[in-house]
Amino acid sequence: MPVLAMRDALNQALREEMTRDGDVFLLGEDIGLYDGSFKVTRGLFKEFGEKRVLDTPIAEEIIIGTAIGAAMAGLRPVAEMMTVNFIMVAMDQVVNAAAHIRYMFGGGTRVPIVIRTPGGGGHQLGAQHSHSHENWFAHVPGLKVVAPGTPADAKGMLKAAIRDDNPVMFIENEGTYAVKGEVPDGEYLTPLDKNEVKREGHDITICAHSRMLIVAMEAAAELEKEGISAEVVDMRALRPLDMTPVIESVKKTSRVITVEEGWRSFGVGSEIAARVYEEAFDYLDAPVARIGAAEVPTPYNKRLEKIAFPARADVVVTARALLGKN
Amino acid sequence: MKVEQRATERQSGEALSDRATLLSLYREMLLIRRFEEKTAEMYQMAKIGGFCHLNIGEEAAIVGAISALRPQDYIYSNYREHGHALAKGVDAKAVMAELFGKETGTSHGRGGSMHLFSQEHRFYGGYAIVGQALPLACGTAYAINYKDKAEVVMSIFGDGATNIGAFHESLNVAKLWHLPIVFVCINNQYGMGTSVKRASAVTEIWKKACAYDMTGENVDGMDVIAVRRVADRLVAQAREKREPSLLECVTYRYRGHSMSDPDTYRGKDEIKQWQGRDAILGLGDHLQKQKMASANELQKIDEAITSEVETAVKFADESPEPDLKDLYRDVYAEEVG
Repeated sequence: MPVLAMRDALNQALREEMTRDGDVFLLGEDIGLYDGSFKVTRGLFKEFGEKRVLDTPIAEEIIIGTAIGAAMAGLRPVAEMMTVNFIMVAMDQVVNAAAHIRYMFGGGTRVPIVIRTPGGGGHQLGAQHSHSHENWFAHVPGLKVVAPGTPADAKGMLKAAIRDDNPVMFIENEGTYAVKGEVPDGEYLTPLDKNEVKREGHDITICAHSRMLIVAMEAAAELEKEGISAEVVDMRALRPLDMTPVIESVKKTSRVITVEEGWRSFGVGSEIAARVYEEAFDYLDAPVARIGAAEVPTPYNKRLEKIAFPARADVVVTARALLGKN
Repeated sequence: MKVEQRATERQSGEALSDRATLLSLYREMLLIRRFEEKTAEMYQMAKIGGFCHLNIGEEAAIVGAISALRPQDYIYSNYREHGHALAKGVDAKAVMAELFGKETGTSHGRGGSMHLFSQEHRFYGGYAIVGQALPLACGTAYAINYKDKAEVVMSIFGDGATNIGAFHESLNVAKLWHLPIVFVCINNQYGMGTSVKRASAVTEIWKKACAYDMTGENVDGMDVIAVRRVADRLVAQAREKREPSLLECVTYRYRGHSMSDPDTYRGKDEIKQWQGRDAILGLGDHLQKQKMASANELQKIDEAITSEVETAVKFADESPEPDLKDLYRDVYAEEVG
């Protein structure tokens, strides 16, 4: 199977969907002539032309609004927000419009748009370019939210998101664009509502998505050397949140760690923990442990930034503690 | 400033003269007036809940602009949109039923007064966030170009929306991307209780088009013929040349911002002054003077419309409530567990 970097897997998905369906078009800041600020859209402007790869002004509300209005008129827009922080400027369009239009108009229309945007830190980009906000979107009925952590899932979920009839928040991560992995050629679809065990184990369950999936997998490998068998559940489907593999895992391990790159408060881990308590309380031998970013605006200084984000060691130490092995 | 960006001077001599058209404009304006009067009554009887914003006083601006559209053209509107939907051809029964929150309403009772919608009439909705729908209108106009259709989008909003960022982002791309769109500002002088003078550095809204090298027009929004004439030209410009424009209709709402507005920020004399230029009475006089309709004929039209509105109320009243088991229907385009 071909090995691709995450950004190339995404690029392949876009190219295949644009080739398959003439109603699919891309819009965003510098996605065309410039080839994309993270090169996810590389070559597409040249291949498909400016009508289907639309360079926009730096005006986030018009990007999302244009996508919504085009979708209501029958197209399938894929909007790129250069970073998730920029989407704050367009939250009205995302939440009040995209998420609510179908319901508030009694099902009279639909909004099949994909909003691709990378979150995550670790590149010394400071407080306005480094955050993770998938929990904001996962809070909202009417949106679907996915955050793949492998190149294969990135391809399969992007293709599925483009074919979905709902607004889909497709959360990428700046720290994973260069990560490589096997990616199936051609038609390959990954469901938007299925989470998946990425590594089997029986002592402890680690739930993680996006870049933290990679951190969790590394931690599990390290724990194995210590004789701790960790099961890693990829939480790539955040809304609708598929808890089935987590609950099944908890029944086996009785211990859960959640890892996210964003802040813990009111976060993805909080939701997973609540669901575990509601659905599998009797199986637990310890409280759910949540790992997340330090609750500060991301600092610029390299050493400060490093300790602000969760790392493999945090997961390993927490796992030992939960198992009483520290 | 380009010549085309001058405010349109009043040219009463060029009035539309076709009897059928004038009677149709008269009927549509009167339908909105009677519908909204009845809506106020129903609101006071607690048949209608939430916020409720009326179009009374703005009929000429609404009908003049919307009557210039074809059935396949699109409208994006705001939360003061009962009349906009009626003028686009949405059935009064479905509009009233929506105000009543009934399953037979335009949005099956999920939207209410501020969120009317009709796919069939390409009435692409009432939106309750000021300025929010302008970018959506641009998106639909982009889709029209994408599919090379001869359709037009009319984006209707109030004076208050022209101070918000989305307005400026929208005008910018409309011009930049050659979108077939007519931005219609119903300038009723107040954004809620704050007058244009207290909210906008530029009080002549049409001039805001100049910043985007776009056609800007100003028209007396109390004169349906004048509005229609300019709208015809701007809609044709959008359809044929893919050139967007901004049309400011200067008008006035006789009632408060919403049904719950005590209306303390403006004088009674000001309201009376505008009512003295009432567009419906004005067109009625014109029709009689031109011997196009007698007082008796106009009375008959009024009776027919009053009856249509009564029928709409009866329909709304007798319609079923949404089934409670359908609370979650249509959150997503398919069922999601």
